[in-house]
Amino acid sequence: MRDHPGRTGPTLAIAATLTLSTSALADPGSRLWATGGVTTIEGSAGGGLVPWAVLAGYASDQEWGGTVTLSRAKVDDFTLDVAGAAVNWHNRIEVSIARQTLDLDTLGATLGEDELSQDIFGIKARLFGDVLYSDYGQWSVGLQHKRQRDFDIPEAVGAEDDQGTDVYLSASKLFFAAVFDRNLLVNATLRGTRANQGGLLGFGGDRNDDYEAMLETSAGLLLNRSWIIGAEYRQKPDNLGFATEDDWWDAFVVWVPDRRLSVTAAWTNLGNIAGLEDQRGPYLSLQGSF
Amino acid sequence: MTLRMGTIILLTTLALLTGCATRDTASGDALYQDLGERAGIANIVEDLLYRIVEDERIAFQFQGIDVVQFHTNLTDQICEISGGPCTYGGRPMTEVHTDMNVTETQFNALAEQLVLAMEDNGVSTSAQNRLLDRLVELHPQITHR
Repeated sequence: MRDHPGRTGPTLAIAATLTLSTSALADPGSRLWATGGVTTIEGSAGGGLVPWAVLAGYASDQEWGGTVTLSRAKVDDFTLDVAGAAVNWHNRIEVSIARQTLDLDTLGATLGEDELSQDIFGIKARLFGDVLYSDYGQWSVGLQHKRQRDFDIPEAVGAEDDQGTDVYLSASKLFFAAVFDRNLLVNATLRGTRANQGGLLGFGGDRNDDYEAMLETSAGLLLNRSWIIGAEYRQKPDNLGFATEDDWWDAFVVWVPDRRLSVTAAWTNLGNIAGLEDQRGPYLSLQGSF
Repeated sequence: MTLRMGTIILLTTLALLTGCATRDTASGDALYQDLGERAGIANIVEDLLYRIVEDERIAFQFQGIDVVQFHTNLTDQICEISGGPCTYGGRPMTEVHTDMNVTETQFNALAEQLVLAMEDNGVSTSAQNRLLDRLVELHPQITHR
């Protein structure tokens, strides 16, 4: 969606409004295909697990836009559902919201609870650079404020707080014609966090209660402008004594048939969750851009 | 509208003249070959100009240009950048774009139209990427001037 600066007078204003409303349907923004990434499980633009420095959707510097996303990860003993939305103003600021629901498929009966849930309010600002056009890539800083909705279980296993705020610095750069003449997108994110299992098991714990710096990386190869394959790695804290927490991995394929739609399929390994080891399974995410 | 009709007439003329203007080359550069040499590049640039005229994000930035000269200059420039035996004869890029205040939105729009023009001309993803790799070097010379 484009702003129409510089138009004055009532007739022109009406015309501009009409133009804006039609372009709203037709045109999610001017940044090139697939360069907005997809939506992470925490609502910020990125891959599936790792936020990138790119901002949601396709808005460029005179535009605004956004995304809506539904995702599901089905690992051995848990199912994670995510609903998220993000808006992007002028490719400068991204504001996002996401709700995560972790279904306790196996543990539910034992614990007397069906699910864990949290809301995540995110903001990301592009500091400088452009993922495509800058030699030094694009750099962004972000916050993810997370609020537990079902704190009984996290508290019982030793979590200190039912809310927490992650802060992260991200760098992303696309190298044109880098591998087999395909464009390669690489990302690195440094996150300060106290979250247990991303916050689904609360914040801080008996083993550690301080912020720690975690490294998260990902790389994606654009086979053409509609297909990306890649992988991600996310380092995690290990704050709770009752069960170890592992780093996360995934390998993904993204199909971007059009700027308005992306479909992400991944195979993810979430490691040990609440004492149940080797949680692996498929991930699917549908994203619409406007 | 005048711009658009004028552009179409001039481009039609160009399409007829392009063949005559093509020079034979002994250059071994793979990218230049993959773009279809100067004739192929001229076709891409011609399609690009049609696309620019139809694109409300950027058409106004090209109002009043000498379309034939622009076509020649951009074709020569891409030919030279891709390793072909041409020399860009236009003014320096920074000078051309001074006071145009080209935004990121407009730069992206032009990049999009170039990609689509290359696709329409059957340019492989590999060749598209290699050309874009060289063209993005011009980004600082074009935007925000």
